[in-house]
Amino acid sequence: MFFLNFVFRNIFRAKLRSTLTIVGLVIAILAFGLLQTVVRAWYAGADAASATRLITRSAISLTFSMPVYYRDKIRATPGVTSVSVSNWFGGIYKEPKNFFAQFAVDAPTYFPMYPEFVFEPEQYRAFLRDRQGAAIGQQLADLYGFKVGDTVPLKSGIYPGNWEFVVRAIYSAKDETTITRQMYFHYDYLNEQLKRTAPRRGDLAGVFVVSINDGQAAPDISRAIDAEFKNSLAETLTETEKAFTLGFVAMVETIVVAIEGVSYVVILIIMAVAANTMAMTARERLSEYATLKALGFKPGAVAAMIIAEAFLLAILGAGIGMLMTPLVVQGFHALTVSVFAKMPLVAQTFYLQAACAVAVGLVAGVVPAVRAARVKIVDGLRHVA
Amino acid sequence: MKLPVNYIARNLWVRKLTTVLTAGGMALVVFVFAAVLMLDAGLKATLVATGSPDNVVVIRQGAQTEIQSGLTRDQAALIETSPEVARGVNGQPLVSKEVVVLNSLPKISQSGVNQPLKRSNVVVRGLPDMGKTLRPQARIVQGRMFSAGSSEIIVGASVARGFAGVEIGQQLSFAGRAWTVVGVFDASKTAFDSEIWGDVEQMMQAFRRVVYSSVVAKISTPESFVALKSRLDDDPRLKVDIKREAQFYSDQSSSLSNFITLLGMALSIIFSLGAMIGATITMYAAVATRTAEIGTLRALGFQRASILMAFLLESLLLALVGGVVGLIAASFLTAITVSTTNFQSFSELAFAFTLTPGIVTYALIFSLTMGFIGGFLPAIKASRMKIVDALRAD
Repeated sequence: MFFLNFVFRNIFRAKLRSTLTIVGLVIAILAFGLLQTVVRAWYAGADAASATRLITRSAISLTFSMPVYYRDKIRATPGVTSVSVSNWFGGIYKEPKNFFAQFAVDAPTYFPMYPEFVFEPEQYRAFLRDRQGAAIGQQLADLYGFKVGDTVPLKSGIYPGNWEFVVRAIYSAKDETTITRQMYFHYDYLNEQLKRTAPRRGDLAGVFVVSINDGQAAPDISRAIDAEFKNSLAETLTETEKAFTLGFVAMVETIVVAIEGVSYVVILIIMAVAANTMAMTARERLSEYATLKALGFKPGAVAAMIIAEAFLLAILGAGIGMLMTPLVVQGFHALTVSVFAKMPLVAQTFYLQAACAVAVGLVAGVVPAVRAARVKIVDGLRHVA
Repeated sequence: MKLPVNYIARNLWVRKLTTVLTAGGMALVVFVFAAVLMLDAGLKATLVATGSPDNVVVIRQGAQTEIQSGLTRDQAALIETSPEVARGVNGQPLVSKEVVVLNSLPKISQSGVNQPLKRSNVVVRGLPDMGKTLRPQARIVQGRMFSAGSSEIIVGASVARGFAGVEIGQQLSFAGRAWTVVGVFDASKTAFDSEIWGDVEQMMQAFRRVVYSSVVAKISTPESFVALKSRLDDDPRLKVDIKREAQFYSDQSSSLSNFITLLGMALSIIFSLGAMIGATITMYAAVATRTAEIGTLRALGFQRASILMAFLLESLLLALVGGVVGLIAASFLTAITVSTTNFQSFSELAFAFTLTPGIVTYALIFSLTMGFIGGFLPAIKASRMKIVDALRAD
C-alpha cells in the first residue's frame, strides 16, 4: 500500500508535467486508434463479401466489357446456381465531388443473390415494374436526402448524355457489415438506350455476378468458367467476390501501407515524449532515490517504483484515449462519409492501443529505473539536479 | 544585454538524453510532414512534366479521361485539318490519333515470392509514328522501337521495373493476340513511363474498336490554342473537350493530390501537438532545474527580456535540430519511387518523392513554430521569476 501511495504522490507532484504527458499520450493513442480504423475501412468492402458469390470480368481489365450472351454459358457451368449482370455506370450527381457508385443490374436475378439488402416488398415490386426505376441504399439516401419518388439526374463520362432515374425503393442493411451506399437501376433500360444511340455498345456486360452452391468449390468453378472462354475475343477472369474487392484495395495498397507505417511512427513519438519525462524525473530525483536506498530499500524496489510510475502514466493516458476513440472515429467518419462507406471500430484496435500503452510504459520506465537502481548512495546524495 | 548563443547551445548539450529525445520526436514529426509534401510534389511534378506546352489533347465531351473517351475517324479528320494545327516539313499535320485501353497486369511482389501477384491497371496506348514525334521525351533505352503494322510493344521504364512478364522477348496476351515486348523506353520521369506503347492500327483491329480514344496535336504557336478551341467548340459535327496537354495531365493529379495533402496535414497537426507537448515538458524542466541559475543571471544584471529570449532561443534551437534531422532523413526518400493507382485515370502511376526548396522552407518554419509554441510558456515562467525567490531556491 505504501508502495502504491508513494508512486501516486510522485506522479501528482509535478502536476503540470504529468498532465502534459498524459495529454500527449491521449492524443497519440487516439491518433493510433483512428489510423488503425482508417486502414480497416479500406477493407470494409471485402468484409461484406460473400463466399458463395463469384465475379467474372474481362481478363484484360475492368474497363472492358463482355458479350451479355456469356451469361447463358456461365449458367450452364456445373455448380452455378444463378448468374446476373452488373455494369458500372460512373455517373456524376450534380458535381464530381458527389461521388457514389451506380450499377445497372439485372434486378430479378441480382437481388436474390444479395439477401443482405433488405427491401420492403411493396417498394421492391414497384422498382421492378418501373423501367426507369432505381433502388437506393439507406446510407446513400441519408447522405443526399433521396426519398421514394424523387428523380435522380446523372451525367456519365462512360455513357454520354443526361440520364434520369426515379427512386422506387430504398433498401436497408441486414447487418453491420453491409454497405448500403450504392444505387442500382435496370440493365435493360441502359441497354435499350445504348442500342438506340450507340448500337456497338449494346448487349455488353461489365461483370457477371455468379452465385454458387458451395464456397469450397469456388476455385474449380472459377477455372471452369474461364476455360469456357479461353481463346475467345473476350477472355474472362473469375474470382471470389472477396478477392475481387481486395483487388481494388491492392491498387491503392501503397497508401494503406503508408497510413499503417505512420501509425507506428505515432507510437515512436509518444515513446520519445514519455521516455523523456521519465528521464527528467529520474535525474531530478536521483538524490531521493539514494535516500531511499540509504533507508534500506533494495535497488529492485526503487526500480519497480520508477517503472510503476511510468506504467501508471501510460495507463492513465491510454485509458482516456481509448475511451475517446469511438467519439473521434464517429466525428472523423462524419467528415469523410463520402469516401468511406463504413468505418468499423473493431476490438483488435483496442487491444493494439492497450499493447502500445504497455510498451510505452516499459520503454519510458526501464532506462531511468536501471540508472536509479545502479546509482551509488554517496554519488546520489551528492547529486544536485 | 543579451545572453550569448554559446551559453544557450551548451545548455542543450549538457542534457544530452533529454535533448536527443525531444529533438528526435520533433524530427519524426518534421519527417512525416516533409514526406507528405514531397509525395504530393512528386505526383504533381510527374504529371505536369508529362504534357508539352505546344501539344493539345482532344477527347469526347465530358469524358474526363482518355479511357472513357471515343472519337470517330471523321471527327479525328476534322481536327486534323484545322489550320491551327502545326505542319511538318512535308506539310503533313502534326497530329497523333491514338487509342488508349487499360490492361490489368501482375505487379512484381515486394512482400515475398509466395504471395499471389497483385494486379493493377496499366495504360496501353496505341499510337502512330507521329505520336512518337510528338513525345520527344520518350527515348528507347533497351531493345528497339516497335515496328508499325506488327504486334510489337514497348514498355515504359516504370512498367519494366514494377510489373512481371514485361521483359524484352516476353509476350503479353490480350485481345486474342500475343504481343511481343521489343524495347523499354524512358520518358524522363513523366506519366508515359507508366505506359505500354504499340501500333495504333494493330490495337484498333485487335480490340475491334472503330473509334479513337484521343487526338493529340501540336499547335503552330501557343496562342493558336484559343482559336483552335473556339473552332472545335463551334463545329456542330464535333462534341469534344480540348485542353493543353500540360493542363490535361495536371488535372489528373487533383484527386490523388487532395487525398495525400488532406491525410498528410491531418497527421502532421496531430503529431505536432504531441511534439509541442514534448518540447513544453522539456523546457519547463529546464526552467525548474535552473531556477538558481536564472536568479544569478538576473542578479548579474541580465534583463527579464534577455532571460525570455534565452529560453525561447533554446527551444527554437532544439526545434531547429529536430527539423534539420527530420529533413535529412526525409531527403533519403528521394531515392524511392512510389507506384499506385491514380483514382482519376484508374491506372497505375509511378512517381518519386521530390524535395523542393519550398518544402525545406515549409518544414523548417513548421519545426520552428513547434519550438516557439512549445517554449513560449516555460520562457515566460523563467522571465517572471523574482530574483530573491529564485536565488533562494535549492
